[in-house]
Amino acid sequence: MANKLINQMALPKSIANIFAARNIITAKDALSLTEFELMELLDVGMAEVTSAMAHISEVVCPPCQTALLLMEQRVRNESLAGHLPTRLKGLDEALCGGIPFGVLTELVGPPGIGKTQFCLKLSLLASLPVNCGGLDGRVIYIDVESKFSSKRLIEIGTKSFPEIFHKKGMAQEMAGRIRILRPTSLSEFAESLQRIKVSLLQQQVKLLIVDSMAALVLGEHDCGASRQQALGWHVSFIKSLAEFSRIPIVLTNQVRSHIGDESLMYSFQAQSRPTKEDNPVTFDSHLVAALGINWAHAVTIRLVLESRSVSCRSKVH
Amino acid sequence: MFNEERFSSLITTSCVDLDNILGGGINCKEVTEIGGVPGIGKTQIGIQLAVNVQIPLEYGGLGGKAIYIDTEGSFMVERVLQIAEACIEDMSEYSHHFHKDNQAYGVKMHPNSILENIFYFRVCSYTEQIALVNYLDKFVTEHKDVKIIIIDSVTFHFRQDFDDMALRTRLLGEMSLKLMKLARNFCLAVVMLNQVTTKHIEGSFQLTLALGDSWSHSCTNRIILYWNGNERHAYIDKSPSLKSASAPYSVTSRGIRNSTSSSKRIKMV
Repeated sequence: MANKLINQMALPKSIANIFAARNIITAKDALSLTEFELMELLDVGMAEVTSAMAHISEVVCPPCQTALLLMEQRVRNESLAGHLPTRLKGLDEALCGGIPFGVLTELVGPPGIGKTQFCLKLSLLASLPVNCGGLDGRVIYIDVESKFSSKRLIEIGTKSFPEIFHKKGMAQEMAGRIRILRPTSLSEFAESLQRIKVSLLQQQVKLLIVDSMAALVLGEHDCGASRQQALGWHVSFIKSLAEFSRIPIVLTNQVRSHIGDESLMYSFQAQSRPTKEDNPVTFDSHLVAALGINWAHAVTIRLVLESRSVSCRSKVH
Repeated sequence: MFNEERFSSLITTSCVDLDNILGGGINCKEVTEIGGVPGIGKTQIGIQLAVNVQIPLEYGGLGGKAIYIDTEGSFMVERVLQIAEACIEDMSEYSHHFHKDNQAYGVKMHPNSILENIFYFRVCSYTEQIALVNYLDKFVTEHKDVKIIIIDSVTFHFRQDFDDMALRTRLLGEMSLKLMKLARNFCLAVVMLNQVTTKHIEGSFQLTLALGDSWSHSCTNRIILYWNGNERHAYIDKSPSLKSASAPYSVTSRGIRNSTSSSKRIKMV
């Protein structure tokens, strides 16, 4: 959209020529300058600039849909209006049907809580035929820490869906729909994603799992700003992948403990906080999801797995 | 001017405490920025406002339509439906309570008509965002019943690949001026949702809204959503007419509501 050529937008010839003469070729070139700057650069009046920009903007602007149309499309074209049921009743209710299509869902929790197990279960669910609540599709499982176990997968399948898995050859077929990739770096991961894009276009892949995103990012050698920037790019790419292919994407994240007597606050909060001398320092250790705040902004659904005595809970953010 | 101000309209947030510190609700003719950490409820408030702007005049609302500009893909249609259904139920209850004898006050709205009155735009780059803001003048002229424009979030596309910070500041400045003009000329509310970042101030790291210091001039009112212990709060950080105050609120299955003891979070950032 942004790369549309100005000379193909049916602007009046005179102004179109002026844009071209000053090397403003695409819509992006024009929209990356303020109207005041354009006025100076093109040496024309403000009214002319505003009117030309209004025209260009209308061409480049994304289409409008009503929320109703959006919903009707999804109900019509997608399984359960765009959800993959997890078979955990409370969770499916909270998520309006299941893991949503088209957005990033993050699973975060301490080691051993069951994130990989959850991913295995979801892979199975996606590969099942539609009449069993599945998506009848392929799954791409990005297994960074080599935790995937087909034996465990078939075990889960046989226990949860005995009627399917006892049929001859079904276990192999279901397991065969899950493709495991093991990238060892962020750049390898990016390459895999580019290749996956093609499969997505052909609509065979119905679920993408990354277990774990934290291990992939934290294993990189560079630190600090450049790593944050690289992560930013990958996140944008995965998000757009999710959106145009309308599949669910589930990523797991680690936690780290944050020991300290305060978490980050705003300046207005700092003013009302009592001074350190008044309160003894308390070490309130609590868990913080890894990967930082920009990552947290990018995921749409965050499922937090924690243990309350023996059972596991998940909370939707 | 004073007469004009008396008739400026307010959009309820569905949380009494929050409405109170806002002087009744989100104000039309003004640009309000709402920022906070992920998961605090920015999109939830955005969706609640897109529904509440449609509350009919006989229930104290504006009977208007909404424009929802989604830059991050966080707009979940099923959630809008949930909130719309809850809003209609609340109106029915109100109607039963106050107009027991009058049959004519039955609520005739259907959740689908609420969804139909939300104009949704999905923006995928900063150029599309700027183009859309430019185009809104024409769009709102053709849809005069639009009473709120929500941008969720205004930050996202301006945080990626912007090496020239000075250019970013100029583009954001121009965009915010256009939004202010839209709010004033068409008498509607503009609500911009913003993300947070950390800043090194006076020897420690603090949270602050994204997009820099100059951006803080781009809105009339600024509200920060934050965690106060385990409860969600909203703080009026900047406003020409409202006092700096805090109010608790909660995010429930019915939408934004008053804070209750059961709506606390677990300890995880």
